[in-house]
Amino acid sequence: MADNALRVLIVDDEAPARRRLRELLDDCADALPLSIVGEAQHGREALDLLQTAPAELVLTDIHMPDMDGIELARHLLKLAHPPVVIFTTAFHEHALQAFEVNAIDYLVKPVRVARLLSALQKVPRLKPVGAETLAHLPSAARRFLSVTERSRVVLVPIEEVVYLKAELKYITIRTREREFLLEESLTRLENEFGARFVRVHRNCLVAREHIRGFERRVGNDGDAHWEVLLNGVIETLPVSRRQQYVVRDIGRESVSGAIA
Amino acid sequence: MLPDLRNLGTILRVLFAVNGVVLVVAFAREQPWNVLFDEWIALTSVVEPYLLLEIAVLAMAAHRLVRLPYRIGVAVIVVVTVVVGVAIHYFFARLLPGQAGSLARQLALALAAVAALLYYFHLRIKALSPAIVEARLQALQARIRPHFLFNSINAVLSLIRSEPQRAETALEDMAELFRVLMRDNRELTPLADEVLLCRQYLDLEKLRLGDRLIVDWNVKSMPADALVPPLVLQPLLENAVYHGIEPASTPGTVSINLFLSRGEVHAILKNPIPANGRRHQNGNKMALDNVRERLALHFDAEAGLESRVTKEGYEVHIRMPYRTVMPAAAVPAAAAAARARPGQRNEGAQRSRAPMGTLEGMPQTGALRG
Repeated sequence: MADNALRVLIVDDEAPARRRLRELLDDCADALPLSIVGEAQHGREALDLLQTAPAELVLTDIHMPDMDGIELARHLLKLAHPPVVIFTTAFHEHALQAFEVNAIDYLVKPVRVARLLSALQKVPRLKPVGAETLAHLPSAARRFLSVTERSRVVLVPIEEVVYLKAELKYITIRTREREFLLEESLTRLENEFGARFVRVHRNCLVAREHIRGFERRVGNDGDAHWEVLLNGVIETLPVSRRQQYVVRDIGRESVSGAIA
Repeated sequence: MLPDLRNLGTILRVLFAVNGVVLVVAFAREQPWNVLFDEWIALTSVVEPYLLLEIAVLAMAAHRLVRLPYRIGVAVIVVVTVVVGVAIHYFFARLLPGQAGSLARQLALALAAVAALLYYFHLRIKALSPAIVEARLQALQARIRPHFLFNSINAVLSLIRSEPQRAETALEDMAELFRVLMRDNRELTPLADEVLLCRQYLDLEKLRLGDRLIVDWNVKSMPADALVPPLVLQPLLENAVYHGIEPASTPGTVSINLFLSRGEVHAILKNPIPANGRRHQNGNKMALDNVRERLALHFDAEAGLESRVTKEGYEVHIRMPYRTVMPAAAVPAAAAAARARPGQRNEGAQRSRAPMGTLEGMPQTGALRG
């Protein structure tokens, strides 16, 4: 295969759909040099594959278990050389209006070979769609947060996140095992994940399911305040005065000597 | 059109109507309140045995009555009313001499009640016919998800080059499925046909989803000849796959359990609930409401649909009366349509058992056209 061949990755959870796309890409290969770097069944697999076999184009289904196409596109932006993403979908659903508004390319299955070819020919001139735009597409909350570490994209499952704490430029993601640094806005994350997290402080979101209880403590200045106790994590987090109602709402106060 | 006299809904309506009238009559006699109750008891003691005996006799004769022309059916009911009335009167005359009251008056009142009720059911059946048509239209819209159609076409396309024979089978399954989806679905259909349709549908889904979809059929003791509304199970299986299998990253089982118990046909459908795969529930509710409404139109209070979330997943339980003879009165529009199409389906017991759809679209004979 020539060096200038377009490297393509196919992502779809249905085997027949992947096979069909492969056949169509083979048909296009006469008109346009291309090579298929692989096939993935869902977003996570695609991301793993791309770390070792980079591609310029990812053809991905929108609805997939585990990680859908839109979330995949968001994580792909963290790669050193993010590929262009073209979405495929079987049904001209409501969500596609948003794709059109944002000039995001998509193909409707069954895909016609001519339509696929013209999409492929545009790829070298295209830039990946930005994170802002993707974040505003109608889609469920992400299942993972992605961070770049030593030029690799690492996925952190959202249910493993104990808390998110904004510090200077970054957000610290705390899981039971370790910490990660994320470059996003805490308010955006709060909106995206809704009830999963509760804001205990201006700079801190805590996962409800990881809260063990609350404890009343007296600080160095003599003022008493609440601290959040967490499951599987030793450190505690202060609850700000403004967010004190959280303690009452969650109502799982641990009986503590500090109250007296 | 006579009402279906074995139907629980019909019987309840008769009981409510007659007892309601009795209450009104007792009330209308302008007695002081304390006498009112005694009056009512006295009236019911005469009316109730009469009413119950008559309902019992008619329910036993219902399957024959349904096949009679309307006028003869009405005549039979009138005769039954008179005979039962006379029998009850003489029974009371013996039991409590001198207190049985006037036979002529009792018969006149009973016949008036019969006339009023028959007229009511006549109107009700008339009023329901457009509802059936409407339900059918609604069903047409709610039935197959376009998502399924296009994904299936795509799956068939993927087979054409490598496995043309599997592609052929898949297209045949699709043709059968859509033939049923598009035909006039007001007539009841044997359960065996519905099961066949569901198998074809699930074969198509397996084509797309492969090992992710496991189907567990428990139909050994199902009453294959039971008449059920067409597409009573398929939309629910579609839901099960759409909500229970597609969003899941691990394989899941859809189970179908059909059996007969105490004269009722039961269908229990189960699917897992994927941990993270929440799809919006509107489609689900629409299909459930659609099936529930059609069950009510066909069987009234005798059928029911319940859904619940269990430890293992989502479960839908349908219960229907076990019928093998089409109740003409229950679905008048369908019966009329069948009569208007000679040479197509026979009504009732001799209903054609040919595979689904084979009679559909048969060319009419020249004689009929000329």
